Amino acid sequence: MTPILKRPGAMKIVAPIACGIFMFLAWEILCRVTKVPIYLVPKPSDIITTLWTDGPGLLRALGVTLKITFLAFFVAVVVGVTAAFLFVQSKLIEASLFPYAILLQVTPVVAIAPLIIIWFKDPTVALVICATLVALFPIISNTVLGLRSVNPGLLNLFRLNGATRWQTLVRLRIPSALPYFFGGLRISSGLALIGAVVAEFVAGTGGTGAGLAYEILQAGFQINIPRLFAALVLISLTGIMLFLLMAWLAKLSLSHWHESELA
Amino acid sequence: MLMKAEPAMIEPAPVERPTPDADTVLYANRIEKTYPNGTRALDEMSLRVQRGDFISLLGPSGCGKSTLLKMYAGLEAPSHGHLRWAGADAPGKSGLKTAMVFQEATLMPWADVATNVRLPLDLAGVPKAESEPRVQRALEQVGLGKFGKSYPRELSGGMQMRVSIARALATEPDVLLMDEPFGALDEFTRNKLDADLRGLWAQKQGKLTVVFVTHSIHEAVFLSSRVIMMAARPGRIVADLPIDEPVRDEEFRLSARCADHCRDLSIRLLAASGGQLEHD
Ligand SMILES: Nc1ncnc2c1ncn2[C@@H]1O[C@H](COP(=O)(O)OP(=O)(O)OP(=O)(O)O)[C@@H](O)[C@H]1O
Ligand SMILES: [Mg+2]
Repeated sequence: MTPILKRPGAMKIVAPIACGIFMFLAWEILCRVTKVPIYLVPKPSDIITTLWTDGPGLLRALGVTLKITFLAFFVAVVVGVTAAFLFVQSKLIEASLFPYAILLQVTPVVAIAPLIIIWFKDPTVALVICATLVALFPIISNTVLGLRSVNPGLLNLFRLNGATRWQTLVRLRIPSALPYFFGGLRISSGLALIGAVVAEFVAGTGGTGAGLAYEILQAGFQINIPRLFAALVLISLTGIMLFLLMAWLAKLSLSHWHESELA
Repeated sequence: MLMKAEPAMIEPAPVERPTPDADTVLYANRIEKTYPNGTRALDEMSLRVQRGDFISLLGPSGCGKSTLLKMYAGLEAPSHGHLRWAGADAPGKSGLKTAMVFQEATLMPWADVATNVRLPLDLAGVPKAESEPRVQRALEQVGLGKFGKSYPRELSGGMQMRVSIARALATEPDVLLMDEPFGALDEFTRNKLDADLRGLWAQKQGKLTVVFVTHSIHEAVFLSSRVIMMAARPGRIVADLPIDEPVRDEEFRLSARCADHCRDLSIRLLAASGGQLEHD
């Protein structure tokens, strides 16, 4: 029998899981040995218990956060790709607008979130806008880079054969841009989640529309640290899921040709 | 110019005027090329390529062979003088189909071989029913009839190069521009493809014009009906020599006559470069 780690593909799954289990065990043992109070550092077993007992409430909050994340991610992809296409069409458009795209990127979302929340009465709309602003830039910059990173020889070939702008776009620029676009998706999906959480922190909206950030705030006020950790775990898991989903999408559409996805 | 003493070297080109000569496929009249960064790639030169010629552009690295070929393809414009394509001022208006084979295979990695070969036909709006048999025929011509469904990365360098040749052949071109197409291949494959190319050209019986860029004297002699010898710094034409050999087969490749041509060309090439090859 081949050792488990030598089997193709197994290392990528088994190694991180083993590493995780080891860390949780160490955490559990350390907590038990040093007898840290639960309101400072809860044991992993406490967190799991809380996840179970507070499950329904936390899951509802997760649903709200997910909704905002996905809406923001979707809007960021649509707006980002559209902007990228515009930028590539004309140097003038790019020169005039790209600095503002960078401005959006470098302005901390916590700084503008209060404004947006005042401007847009509907909290969902406000939160989606904030998270979109966070997730937008990598899509724009990666897609622009991709649409520009065309093999000059192929570009010559298209020119030589009298390809129209449209044909060049559809048959050359877009396929060339795909690997970059998927790279942007990967970064952006995580940022959309971060944006959704951060914006909710700022907004602090409670009630039925409360997301995981609000749960964390509340748990902090009530010094319910296991619940805080449980919410944190859900956010991390969501982030990992999003990343895997994007990686899978990239593999699905690139695996037959691009180096990054070959075996 | 330097080599006045050499009788066979061409004189500084006489001032030619564009003529509506139906058999002049490519006509360069006192063209020069200076790139925007100031590099003088081609000094003033004139050259008339007749229909059915098989021309080799032979010369050391940096003498402007690729530059001239790109101008023939309409991908670069001369900075002075003018170019005519069968009398027209753009290759697209000449009524002649021009295809180019680049120094690298230049294939779309996301598309399979058949789609790559079909690209120029697709771009020209040829319906699939018509283009697909043409693609298959072109692939068979280069010995890749069974590889239509493969992806470029699954092929060797030589096979990829043949795919790019098939792509040019599928358009059934009147003018075929080739930039060191076999430069990266091993000698066996290269000899084989040279022979195939020459056979293909002969088959077209004067309808196909080829401009072939190469570093290899031997390849130029084996393939062409006319060798244009170029020198660098600045790029210029130093000789225009016909190779009058009706039969080009393995026997000719190994013959003393072929060797003589090669020797003759080598000596001229050395003389033209001032007795030394390129140095900066
Ligand atoms: N796009 C460009 N911009 C500036 N200079 C260029 C460009 N392309 C070529 N050159 C310069 O023009 C000269 C001729 O280049 P060219 O590529 O035509 O040479 P070549 O004869 O094809 O050489 P090789 O056999 O190495 O391919 C060189 O000095 C090169 O540096
Ligand atoms: Mg070259």
